[in-house]
Amino acid sequence: MSELFTDFFLLQDPNVRWVLAGTILLGLSAGALGCFAVLRERALVGDAVAHAVLPGVCLAFIFTGDKDPLALLIGSVIFGWISLVVMDFIIRNSKISADTSIGMVLSVFFGLGVVLLTYIQSSGNVNQSGLDAFLFGNAASMLPEDVMLFGFVSLMVLVVIIAMYKELKLVSFDSSYAKVIGYPLKRMEFLIATLLVVTITAGLQAVGVVLMASMLIIPAAAARYWTDSLRVMLFVAAFVGGISAISGSFVSYAAPSMPTGPWMVVSAAFIFTLSFFFAPARGETRKWIKRLNQKQKIRRENILKTLYGLNEADGKEEKVRTLQEIIKKRRMEKKTLKRGLSELEKSGMIEHYRGRPDGFVLTETGRVEARRIVRLHRLWELYLTEKLEIAGDHVHDDAESMEHVITPEIEAQLLKILENPESDPHDEKIPY
Amino acid sequence: MSTFWIILTACLASSACALVGSFLVLRKQAMLGDAISHAVLPGIAIAFLLTASRNTFPMLIGAGAFGLLTVYLTEKLQLRGRLMNDASMGIVFTTLFAIGVIIITMFASQVDLDQECILYGEIAYVPWDLWIFNGMNMGPRPVWILGFVLMLNLLFIVSCYKELKIYAFDRQLAVSMGIPIMLIHYGLMGSVSFSTIAAFESVGAILVVALIVVPPATAYLLTRRLSHLLMLAVFFGILSSISGYYLAYWTNSSIAGAIAVMTGVYFGLALFFSPVDGILAKKYRRKQNTGKGPYEGPGLELRTKQTINI
Amino acid sequence: MSESAAKVKGAPPVEVHDLTVSYQNKPVLWDVDFELPEGKLIAVVGPNGAGKSTLIKTIMGLIDPVSGHSLIYGRPLEQMRKKIAYVPQRETVDWNFPVSVFDVVLMGRYAHLSLFKRPKKHDKELAMEALEKVGMAEFADRQISQLSGGQQQRVFLARALAQDAEIYFMDEPFAGVDASTEDHILLLLKELRNHGRTVVVVHHDLQTVSGYFDWVMLLNLRLVALGPMETTFTKENLQKAYGGRLNILSQVIELSRKEDFIREPGHE
Repeated sequence: MSELFTDFFLLQDPNVRWVLAGTILLGLSAGALGCFAVLRERALVGDAVAHAVLPGVCLAFIFTGDKDPLALLIGSVIFGWISLVVMDFIIRNSKISADTSIGMVLSVFFGLGVVLLTYIQSSGNVNQSGLDAFLFGNAASMLPEDVMLFGFVSLMVLVVIIAMYKELKLVSFDSSYAKVIGYPLKRMEFLIATLLVVTITAGLQAVGVVLMASMLIIPAAAARYWTDSLRVMLFVAAFVGGISAISGSFVSYAAPSMPTGPWMVVSAAFIFTLSFFFAPARGETRKWIKRLNQKQKIRRENILKTLYGLNEADGKEEKVRTLQEIIKKRRMEKKTLKRGLSELEKSGMIEHYRGRPDGFVLTETGRVEARRIVRLHRLWELYLTEKLEIAGDHVHDDAESMEHVITPEIEAQLLKILENPESDPHDEKIPY
Repeated sequence: MSTFWIILTACLASSACALVGSFLVLRKQAMLGDAISHAVLPGIAIAFLLTASRNTFPMLIGAGAFGLLTVYLTEKLQLRGRLMNDASMGIVFTTLFAIGVIIITMFASQVDLDQECILYGEIAYVPWDLWIFNGMNMGPRPVWILGFVLMLNLLFIVSCYKELKIYAFDRQLAVSMGIPIMLIHYGLMGSVSFSTIAAFESVGAILVVALIVVPPATAYLLTRRLSHLLMLAVFFGILSSISGYYLAYWTNSSIAGAIAVMTGVYFGLALFFSPVDGILAKKYRRKQNTGKGPYEGPGLELRTKQTINI
Repeated sequence: MSESAAKVKGAPPVEVHDLTVSYQNKPVLWDVDFELPEGKLIAVVGPNGAGKSTLIKTIMGLIDPVSGHSLIYGRPLEQMRKKIAYVPQRETVDWNFPVSVFDVVLMGRYAHLSLFKRPKKHDKELAMEALEKVGMAEFADRQISQLSGGQQQRVFLARALAQDAEIYFMDEPFAGVDASTEDHILLLLKELRNHGRTVVVVHHDLQTVSGYFDWVMLLNLRLVALGPMETTFTKENLQKAYGGRLNILSQVIELSRKEDFIREPGHE
């Protein structure tokens, strides 16, 4: 296995070099272009186009009697284009919805392709072997001239994306605005469609018609979790596409019976799953961590508030408060309370007296912070009762959560419209 | 005789698919048919591996489970992952399909299913795939399976007709009335999965989509009644099956592919020539009443001021 | 209606407690709390995005609230579904759907039919009656895509009538209809009220509110005022609902959503 690994990555086999170069270029261009398809909510159009080029491939073969890559490319680009036009025509001229139209074009064109393919096979043309590779992709069967052509096409797609980045961005984001400011929208749409068709066609030999769409969708969707910037998203998607291409080609190299396409897809899906969970910008884990931090923050603030409340009740700011006292004032589990207290101690909000009684006292910073929280709570209660006319007995629960959210800016606004009030609706003093 | 069995198989498959497909098309979820038909592959492969046979029930269970899994994952990914519906669908079904292909290639020696069969189906071999029960020849196995699934679909649609209708037309009203909408939803998705797997063996993963989507879309252009739509969809499915068979016979090519092509031909005809919603009919009508809108029938104003009692 | 639970004696048709609703990028309802009187024609009024439709949908169980709950005649919605009818906004359905006008109206009867049961002759008669009431009987066999906006609204209304409920929630039934349809709908609403039904209508046109309705609810993220038209539909209350800037409230809602404070509930 490790020998295979080094063989593969040292690129000793010239064939490997070609195949790898071709699939990586494909992964890069499909990944980048896919960002526009996914953002424009056209993800499955790519699926339909990928299936619909099959008759083009077959017709090119029938006419040239050969697997000339250029003829195959032209044939499939033509059929890819026809399929887009037909989809659009059906949607425009009938009450058929977009997804029905996509499903129909996909399956009927593919059916036509299958008819032609079986016709070729039954006519017994010796050269036909390898056309099957278009279905599931077989990068290993690619010849240097295939790779050169398709690699060149992928490269051109990348160049166009980079050169037209600004225009593509605007058209994808807000096409009607693009039209208003005088962009040649028709030509842009044409350009995007052409890029799509060409990329798909170039990818067919490596990935196959059935799974080509996933190379457009999955890297782009995975990239979305890493960033909010389109520019970065394009790079990440291209990178994911490239990595998937390498691992797919490697598996297919190591186990020649394995088709390249499915392994590329599974690799991409694996990266997608990782991104979904662990991407720092928008991943699930980040959400969990954020929620956890939030919970800890609320816990800390509630403890501070409780200590403040105890002090307020008997007016003794320096008094040491025991665990029992705190729990009596505010019900919470002993374990969570202890954890919260130790967090507060670390941040210097409270001090732990290990004497008799064993307990806690607010430090000066702790007192400032506690006052802030109580102030926000009471200000919010006052705002709800005075400005929104919500009954006084309804506002406490609401303030309980909002006190943790309100920013200094909002606090300042509240103070202004409430005209620096003295006390809250329950006649408790608002501490400043 | 073998011609008869092949055509019968195709007709049963297209009828089963057209019935459930009609609701997918009306719900604007046609691509879900595409997604499910691909995503059931690992279910089939696993059922094959576990039972080491082409037993029907494990296959139905495997396919049903993966079909529902696809629907569930797509919905979850859309909600939790903040992705568009089509993108999340694309991710789920292509990945599952890829996994299915990998399983099949890995165990190629044990699994009597090859890649070509997945794509084109093997309807031509149907007459020789016999079901021997107690030593008795019961006829081709796929005919029995498809007949069973068709019966299931019919039973589902007939018994839950009004729920399906309101589910497809006005989901909000259905929910506000307390109709068990999720039950209907997953029931329909289960039916789609069953139909897909039953038809899959005969016509392949992608051409199943043609049977699910195209005949209902054709019928949609020809009628304005749900019951008629269902019947017409089945009719076009059967018509495509028969004419597709002869097209394949004549060109010496794939039967399944030819059936898909024929569904497309009938759709094309309906798109242009349907008296109800065809492009030509609409053009003609536009010419007929230029100026005045086609709406607001007569008699409305006369009736409005009548007394009403409740 | 026999399986439906009985009303709790003396309970108001609709009561809402501490209702808070939030969902992505849409306005929310903030701590809404009220009871509605029986047998009144009640308008729900407020600026765009005030949460009017959200309120109705939440009471109908189409949206899950973040907190709070509502009761129908003192019982949870699930037990009382048959007593309430809902007229959604017209745009919520696909008017190309292959059903006839009569089919749509008959759907109103589905609330009374259990799973697997088909509509009976009695249901069909009621549906036809409802169509007659809205003046659309002769359109019964039309496909719904051939209707004008006003006719579509009448069909929706007929569907609700066929449901034969005690409380009717209507989301902007007067939006985009012709004058004669508007008169006709109003007449129907008054009929319903005169028969002791409670009718709650989201309404946009401030000019007609006082002429059309008995009670008014002013809403803008929170409940501004609710009461009989004469005492409630005042300049001062309108000022509060439309003019009062709720900058701080919206900011805080926005923040708490960003901070994941308000859970995003799934909604239909």
